[in-house]
Amino acid sequence: MLLVVEQFLNGLQFGLLLFLLAAGLTLVFGIMDLVNLAHGSLYMMGAYFAATFAAWTGSFLLGALLALGATLALGIVLEVSALRHLYGRDHLDHVLATFGLILFFNEAVRLIWGPAGLALPLPAWLTVPVPILPGIHYPAYRLAIIVVALLVALLLYLGVMRTRIGMLIRAGASNREMIGALGINIKLLYTLVFGLGAALAGLAGLMQAPILTVQIGMGENILILAFVIIVIGGIGSIRGAFLAAIFVGMIDTLGRAFLPNLLRQVLSGAAASTAAPALSSMLIYLLMAMVLVVRPEGLFPASRR
Amino acid sequence: MKGFSVSKAVTALMLAGLLLLPLYSYLSGNIFILTLFTRIVILALAAASLNLIMGFGGMMSFGHAAYLGIGGYAVGMLAQEGVGSGFIQFPVALAASAIYALVIGALSLRTRGVYFIMITLAFAQMAYYVASGLARYGGDDGLTVYKRSDFSGLINLSNRTQFYYLCLACLFGVIFLIWRIVNSRFGLVVQGLRSNEQRMQAIGFPAKRYQLVCFVISGTMCGLAGALLANNTDFVSPAVMYWTRSGDLMVMVILGGMGTLFGPVVGAVIYLLLEEFLSQITEYWALIMGPLLLLIVLFGRGGIMGLLGRLDRG
Repeated sequence: MLLVVEQFLNGLQFGLLLFLLAAGLTLVFGIMDLVNLAHGSLYMMGAYFAATFAAWTGSFLLGALLALGATLALGIVLEVSALRHLYGRDHLDHVLATFGLILFFNEAVRLIWGPAGLALPLPAWLTVPVPILPGIHYPAYRLAIIVVALLVALLLYLGVMRTRIGMLIRAGASNREMIGALGINIKLLYTLVFGLGAALAGLAGLMQAPILTVQIGMGENILILAFVIIVIGGIGSIRGAFLAAIFVGMIDTLGRAFLPNLLRQVLSGAAASTAAPALSSMLIYLLMAMVLVVRPEGLFPASRR
Repeated sequence: MKGFSVSKAVTALMLAGLLLLPLYSYLSGNIFILTLFTRIVILALAAASLNLIMGFGGMMSFGHAAYLGIGGYAVGMLAQEGVGSGFIQFPVALAASAIYALVIGALSLRTRGVYFIMITLAFAQMAYYVASGLARYGGDDGLTVYKRSDFSGLINLSNRTQFYYLCLACLFGVIFLIWRIVNSRFGLVVQGLRSNEQRMQAIGFPAKRYQLVCFVISGTMCGLAGALLANNTDFVSPAVMYWTRSGDLMVMVILGGMGTLFGPVVGAVIYLLLEEFLSQITEYWALIMGPLLLLIVLFGRGGIMGLLGRLDRG
């Protein structure tokens, strides 16, 4: 029981983290029609910034805030200097150019911070276990991730659906020439959206940093998961990304936790322990394949332009 | 298409260079260059196979490195289990790649555009994780191939020159095959589907079936490259399937010129030589390579072959 609740929460926490990453990716794709492979690099930069700033300031929260600002700024610089020129180009061009950016970022990090990973230690008040149910404790930090990510998701929803900027973003997604013709500064809007996506990726990175080590290439594996999520959820749909992210986070975490035991009841011990790791890492791709067979456009396709 | 043209001259020069390379290596005593070019030729083969679906078929596969791994693991696993004969290893490698391509293609071709790019990427990543989980065959650390494929005296893969010429022959064979495919009725249908799928379907061509067959042919060719690569490095690991390797292959195709016969070969030669050259100057070669890619995308339309073609037209 304890394990089930704990793994369930772990899955939720991982799913929400994936949502932060996927939301930025799907926003940028839905509005600018840009495939940004370097999104994972922004996630990595968020983690590196947080580790560095936290060490400088001696405060985890201050470091996190500074890192958030830094990734936002980095995203804006990136958009203005390079990615802006890719809008309207072929998707293949996006893939190649941002692939080049990944090479650049990984190497730049190696040059600046060295090849060894960094650690981002948590302050004492975030490491205590919190009782969530009678007799069941859960680490405060993971709980904090869940709360923060849910808050951000809510803010994002309200921001996109209820504010003027959100209205412009939605309008830009459905017809970009028209809102340009109506006198909206579309360039500024794009830069803003890209910066927002970068900040979301940075937030995901800096929150994940204390759980995993901060290292080169950390953004790449999780970027693929974010891709799977937006394919399942339907490209350009934030709602789809949210549901798919939770789904993928749960399946991945629960699969890794319980699949070995389940297999052991069917197969012999040796065969099960060989098959389990491979099978549990395949699970989400199998899920994606199934979704594609049923709904090639994803579960919640954004309305067609 | 007659008379002198710069692109033809460059292609001919490059092919002659590739043919005569072992001679140069022998005369100068530079063995390293032969090893380097064996790798280049093998990856050029992989890039050429990718070009078949990407350049001619318009299917942007971002998971082509998976076949390198599948072909390689077929050789490595069979060798581990005591089956050393190349007459078994190579057909198995090709068949395994073909089956994988059939399954992945059937699923991925339900989608198009960016979805297709991401799905092929995700499936290749799945193959990567499966290979990492193969504890019996080295898992993450990879699998050493202690003995190269044995072709019972017909050709000795441990001889550098013979192996190089085998790879080169495979490359030329594959390019010849692609040339025949592209100019066949089948190839014209596939290229028609790239230009306008709806119209082709309206004429009555079963679009997905044609594309799937093309996808499988391409995957099988790349499986051959994988089997050769495992023999070249005497080692196969999940890293050959990592998605950056798929990206490398795409870059080679685009750099050389998508949808041209020899473009991928030119692209592979230049990309890998550049990588070699930059890594000799600085340990941080990717710091230059990354922005260089960005510039190529921004300013170099049609790759090197496109550039040469523009030179020809003046």
